[in-house]
Amino acid sequence: MNTLFGEKKEGATKIVLKSVDEYPEAPVSLGTTLSNFTGDWRTFIPVIDDEKCVKCYICWKFCPEPAIFIREDGYVGVDYDYCKGCGICANECPTKAITMEKEEK
Amino acid sequence: MEYKPIRKVVSGNYAAAYAAKHARVEVVAAYPITPQTSIIEKIAEFIANGEVENLEYVAVESEHSAMAACIGASAAGARTFTATSAQGLALMHEMLHWASGARLPVVMVDVNRAMAPPWSVWDDQTDSLAQRDTGWMQFYAENNQEVYDGVLMAFKIAETVNLPAMVIESAFILSHTYDVVEMIPQELVDEFLPPRKPLYTITDFDNPISVGALGTPADYYEFRYKIQKAMEEAKKVIHEVGKEFGERFGRDYSQMIELYRTDDADFVFMGMGSLMGTVKQAVDVLREEGYKVGAAKVRWFRPFPSEELYELAKNVKGIAVLDRNFSFGQEGILFNEAKGVLYNTDAHPIIKNYIVGLGGRDFTVADVRKIAENMKAIIDKGELDVEVDWYHLKR
Ligand code: SF4
Ligand code: SF4
Repeated sequence: MNTLFGEKKEGATKIVLKSVDEYPEAPVSLGTTLSNFTGDWRTFIPVIDDEKCVKCYICWKFCPEPAIFIREDGYVGVDYDYCKGCGICANECPTKAITMEKEEK
Repeated sequence: MEYKPIRKVVSGNYAAAYAAKHARVEVVAAYPITPQTSIIEKIAEFIANGEVENLEYVAVESEHSAMAACIGASAAGARTFTATSAQGLALMHEMLHWASGARLPVVMVDVNRAMAPPWSVWDDQTDSLAQRDTGWMQFYAENNQEVYDGVLMAFKIAETVNLPAMVIESAFILSHTYDVVEMIPQELVDEFLPPRKPLYTITDFDNPISVGALGTPADYYEFRYKIQKAMEEAKKVIHEVGKEFGERFGRDYSQMIELYRTDDADFVFMGMGSLMGTVKQAVDVLREEGYKVGAAKVRWFRPFPSEELYELAKNVKGIAVLDRNFSFGQEGILFNEAKGVLYNTDAHPIIKNYIVGLGGRDFTVADVRKIAENMKAIIDKGELDVEVDWYHLKR
């Protein structure tokens, strides 16, 4: 995965950059915020049923975060550090392969 | 390959269009506005005649969209160009920040034109100077040759420091006046300006990124500092690229302030753009009349050549700053910058602001002589009459 903007650490809620030299030249990131993970905004979580998925990647296109990625086997996965649970993917999926379920925390 | 220039008689606008072509720009997104229009027409003609490969022209419905399209193209890795003028540049203002903030080396030609109302299409620097704080570098061309050279250098400098750059030419005085321009054969331009190596690209689909993400108070500040560092770096790069340009093509641009007959000058005229051509001519005339004067043409306004200005100021008794622009509620913009630089130094020449040529009003050698007489009297007396002189005002 691209780590142009800092490094993601397991269990962290954001990327912490301590000195100006650690910052990249340009403010590009993996999600819609530079260092905060938007994953902890979530109440509902997208669950993908590979059996129904036809690999159209409409969800990949529409995810605003963008938390959907294409797995090696061609199906889609979700980066839960960034998925904010907005449900757009579930709404747009033509085969209803994605359902939004209440996340247990 | 030996350098043999190709001489063409072209307007400033055509010089800009040819430079964009020779820089092998890949995307041009623009909306025509007087007096910029012929730059865009010429580029469209290159495409229609099949004279350019891999050049996409995006016709848009406003300057705001033009800059937005340029930002997208540049983020995708393309060498990107546009041109505008006055109200069009003002309409781009919001987008200019997105280009510099995302560190995209878009190059734009702005045809300096007075802001309305009163509605005007004539020369005035207030449109570009109002964009001072957008994070764009600014190069002011004195003549059509400098428009052409400026665009080529701007790409190289912009792509080295990852900041956008504006090349600025005077409305009509340059944009529509024909002059001989020495153009560089394509192979030699290619050697001088190799293909762009982008810092990042949104078309690397294996490594997707967001551009323009939200920066919380924890991160915003550092990116501002990085832009300033890039501006400081740009001073070095401008020097090197300007020197290289001189070595390759015979016109040296290593200095951010071009000095003309300043060595033993009592006082100098300082200004930007085409009016400095008139000033240099006037300096020759005045020297014959016994005035010890010189000219200091500020080529790059951003980054600002503070060190070069300080060196100049140490050696003269007076500086007459000629501003074809005005910041309402204060004074001429170059004057304001110059005073700011000199305050914390031990160089304290008398410095006076002459507001000249606003909205295309004629500025001649005779005007420079009158200013010289006034400056001489001030220096002899050792005190200013007025700090800001609305030179042409009908009194
Ligand atoms: S939109 Fe639905 S069907 Fe298409 S790739 Fe995504 S999950 Fe699969
Ligand atoms: S719910 Fe779906 S569309 Fe929304 S952020 Fe998560 S993955 Fe993206």
